[in-house]
Amino acid sequence: MDHDHYADAYIRSILSEVKTIAIVGASANAARPSFFVTKYLAERGFKVFPVNPGQAGKEIAGLLTYATLKDIPEPIDMVDIFRASEHVPQVVDDALALSPLPKVIWMQLTVRNDEAASKAEAAGLKVVMNRCPKIEYARLSGEIGWTGVNSRTISSKRPLRLGQGVQRLSLDRSGWKK
Amino acid sequence: MSDHTPGFSTLAIHAGAQPDPTTGARATPIYQTTSFVFDDVDHAAALFGLQTFGNIYTRIGNPTVSVLEERVAALEGGTAALGVASGHAAQHLVFHTLLEPGDEFIASRKLYGGSINQFNHAFKSYGWNVVWADPDDISSFEAAVTPKTKAIFVESIANPGGIVTDLKAISAVAKKAGVPLIVDNTLATPYLWRPFEHGADIVIHSATKFLGGHGNSIGGVIVDGGTFDWTASGRYPFLTKPRPEYQGIVLHETFGNFAFAIACRVLGLRDLGPALSPFNAFLILTGIETLGLRVQKHSDNALEVAKFLSQHPAVAGVNYAGLPGDRYYDLAKTYLPKGAGAVFTFRLKGGYEAGVSLVSNVELFSHLANIGDTRSLIIHPASTTHRQLSDEQKTLAGAGPEVVRLSIGIEDAADIIADLDQALAKL
Ligand SMILES: Cc1ncc(COP(=O)(O)O)c(C=O)c1O
Repeated sequence: MDHDHYADAYIRSILSEVKTIAIVGASANAARPSFFVTKYLAERGFKVFPVNPGQAGKEIAGLLTYATLKDIPEPIDMVDIFRASEHVPQVVDDALALSPLPKVIWMQLTVRNDEAASKAEAAGLKVVMNRCPKIEYARLSGEIGWTGVNSRTISSKRPLRLGQGVQRLSLDRSGWKK
Repeated sequence: MSDHTPGFSTLAIHAGAQPDPTTGARATPIYQTTSFVFDDVDHAAALFGLQTFGNIYTRIGNPTVSVLEERVAALEGGTAALGVASGHAAQHLVFHTLLEPGDEFIASRKLYGGSINQFNHAFKSYGWNVVWADPDDISSFEAAVTPKTKAIFVESIANPGGIVTDLKAISAVAKKAGVPLIVDNTLATPYLWRPFEHGADIVIHSATKFLGGHGNSIGGVIVDGGTFDWTASGRYPFLTKPRPEYQGIVLHETFGNFAFAIACRVLGLRDLGPALSPFNAFLILTGIETLGLRVQKHSDNALEVAKFLSQHPAVAGVNYAGLPGDRYYDLAKTYLPKGAGAVFTFRLKGGYEAGVSLVSNVELFSHLANIGDTRSLIIHPASTTHRQLSDEQKTLAGAGPEVVRLSIGIEDAADIIADLDQALAKL
């Protein structure tokens, strides 16, 4: 697995597959990227569980927060890590102790730990490092272009609106094949 | 198209544009509206707090303008872009984002005259102090660096034309000084030259010129290369300090390698206000679809015209980097393998009088102050744009009394040459 470049198809398949996401290191401070990402992913239809021992039992972006991964009462598809790279091995060990196992370990922009990644991959998990799922979702759905950002994708298929609102797009595109 | 990198012409047509999600419209719609309804109160709060992507108010962003932004970002190979009301507005917002009162920036002496005015007068009133350097002498850039230097500004191909800037060499000076290199790529366009590949950190455009290309709309674009490390020096507080305007958000931390473009939008465009009209964005976008075809033809025509002029008995000399023997020919070969652009100057043996009479003798060329139109354009700077300057100042600015500037259009080269031939014959 080349962790310097990810194919769009790899990222898209991850974000299309996972339904439940634990955000380890979610902040209650509305100016922090980890708060934005928690809120954004919840608004895009993912079931999001913030993990932050200092905030356990309280809400972050309106979501009940847990002290540890194992406290979350549902199977977790993806663990998104908002911790410095040196703390990643512990989080990965905690994730690998879950049953059922998560499908994906995701490390945020600037976070990378190749050893922990290999360990997770050896256990059959997919790994993404040094990327932001908010940016990747917005890039692949087409939303990010609304801010003038280069999505590095082109498509002649009509984007689909997500849910009831007018300013949210789905990762899917129009087409007859369903 | 997954994981195959599209070529320039494909990006020029497709980047940023998708069928409209509500109507299926394939051409980019002109969203001629000031404002956009929110899904609910929470959505509005998230938009104002920069927590989600979306549209609020056309001064800050508009879906027609954002297609243009993404397209130019893709063509330049940048991470993000911002469309604004004019090329000058683009420069204003870039420097507003980088400089504080009392700061300095180094600029090439060889620039579009309007930019020289903007830097010498308007910017000085903000306390942003320009220090001029000579693009033909890289050491003059090095010598101009002081602890107050915050940026270096050059044009890739410099207006009035003919000058090719050694971007790699100037980028080395910028890197050593720890400041971003800003390149005005108006005259080259990303078809001929992509400055990010040679060390630029920020690219700006007067989209009024070749991007729009049809002489019908004023516009500007700022492109973020995503290359500059804003945190290294701590000297760019717009990007690295918590912003009180947005509940303490730190832009580089939240937006990573497109934080500069976001800063220009949410701190510059929002507060200073030079928004691009959606209609102009639409016209510029339509122009960009044929950018590669047009610029190749502009450049091929220019080379033929330059060759013709260089052999004409009434002409004292031609400054076109595409001509073998020109002082910038080697730089053009390095940086501009597809052609040296469409704008250049030449000198008439008959001096000022000949210049004045040439612009009245032409019948196909239009006598006006723009460049980068489908039509061929001509101007005699000494009697128009540079009229106020002394003869010595005119010569220093490359606009001596005998100088004529051309912007070669995409008519048939034979017709462009025939028009100059008949006009020169009447001198
Ligand atoms: C190289 C260059 N930069 C900037 C500008 C200013 O652009 P605008 O007229 O769109 O403000 C011009 C206009 O002539 C130009 O030629």
